[in-house]
Amino acid sequence: MTSLDQQKETLNQAGLEMLHLCSKQLDNAREAFFTHDSDLAEEVVHTENRVNALDLKIDRDCERFIALHNPVASDLRFVLALRKINFDLERVGDHAYGISKYIIELNTPIDEELLIKMRVHEMFDSALSMLEDITGAYDEVDTKKARKVFKKDKILNEINMDSFRIISEEVKKQPELINQFLITFSIIKKLERIGDLVTNIAEEIIFYREAEVLKHRKKKKINRSKE
Amino acid sequence: MVKEKKENIIDSNLQRKHKLRTKGVKVWYDDFMAIKGIDMNIKANKVTAFIGPSGCGKSTFLRLFNRMNDYVDGFRLEGEVTIDGENIYKKKVNVEQLRKQVGMVFQKPNPFPKSIFENVAYGLKIQGLKDKKFLQEKVERSLKRVALWDEVKDDLNKSALALSGGQQQRLCIARALAVEPSIILMDEPTSALDPLSTSKIEELIYELKKDYTIVIVTHNMQQASRVSDYTAFFYLGELIEYDKTKKLFTNPEKKQTENYITGRFG
Repeated sequence: MTSLDQQKETLNQAGLEMLHLCSKQLDNAREAFFTHDSDLAEEVVHTENRVNALDLKIDRDCERFIALHNPVASDLRFVLALRKINFDLERVGDHAYGISKYIIELNTPIDEELLIKMRVHEMFDSALSMLEDITGAYDEVDTKKARKVFKKDKILNEINMDSFRIISEEVKKQPELINQFLITFSIIKKLERIGDLVTNIAEEIIFYREAEVLKHRKKKKINRSKE
Repeated sequence: MVKEKKENIIDSNLQRKHKLRTKGVKVWYDDFMAIKGIDMNIKANKVTAFIGPSGCGKSTFLRLFNRMNDYVDGFRLEGEVTIDGENIYKKKVNVEQLRKQVGMVFQKPNPFPKSIFENVAYGLKIQGLKDKKFLQEKVERSLKRVALWDEVKDDLNKSALALSGGQQQRLCIARALAVEPSIILMDEPTSALDPLSTSKIEELIYELKKDYTIVIVTHNMQQASRVSDYTAFFYLGELIEYDKTKKLFTNPEKKQTENYITGRFG
């Protein structure tokens, strides 16, 4: 193994660690939200420091890799992709942190009926499933697996689109629960953003493996072109 | 018997898309086949880099364009090498005239043991040009072209061997430019130079491509990617991949190319 290969593998493992860490953060935020476990939410808030430290480490190591190894072709695409993936994951971590902050501030759990109506469980499950898919896609450099997340992101977008209407109707019926509605709405927005960030990661894996830039292209066309 | 007159067949005033072309070129040194059939078109006013491991045939291929291989024992060529559409291996070609059109810069700076002025004026003098004012103008222009004038203008009679390695290499380029070629071949022109001198030569290459077609052999991947518009990767006497440099260094078509440029060859 060359020195470049060793460095690349170290970076690759750091990227994988970031994926596992941010997935775990969201998983814990989900658990804390549905069980109203503020201790677990606190843990997510504290662990955000680890996410930030790993983000800085990956950024610094990518910079060194470029400066010391002058990568080209797939090596260059790898390090460029990893920098963006790292940036996106750090944002995923931020959203898990944001959700956990709400949980800590909430005095009473959010009404279960509302959560079902707003499809919040489904949203958390989809976002976590996307993160699981993308972790596998990254680990195996499997672009087919990476493309799976584009479809799942649609579910998040759809729930997000409906949420505004549902909240508007519900708030009229129970104006005293305005605080709960707003928090739920914010969490839905964060989960929708996580979906977008995971699709960005998928695009980066495809860029690394196939040298194809999918950014700003219609996802429908992307899926069709590979069928 | 009438001796056939050797002609200067290259008309560089013709504006062609492809300055240099080879068709089915094979080269042997005795029984060893160094080039195994290469078709290649090299664009005018562009920098084309030849890369590949030692012994891949890139220098042999470069030297075909000014017939430098003719001196090598056992050299044999099959196929066509054309400049501006004319086959330069036809019998009636005047090789001296050809080399006037195709300047060459070598790995190690090789100034003559003469003064700076004499080095640059050498090519013109052997062409029979003697007018002092004309020679002075040509020498000044050539030295200015390689950004050496300001450094040596007060020492033109000083021995060229007293210059630094980087200055000597720029002097050699000035010497090649003085006879007004349209093509410059460079065989690892910076491999013996320090980073600063290398950077000056690279800047010069960038400047010169406006007026010249430049082909450069280099072992330095970063140099190839920095200075060239097109890159050709050679391996075992074959042209494996030839593409725009920005494509070849970001997304090469062939696995062999990728392995070579990323340092994993072999």
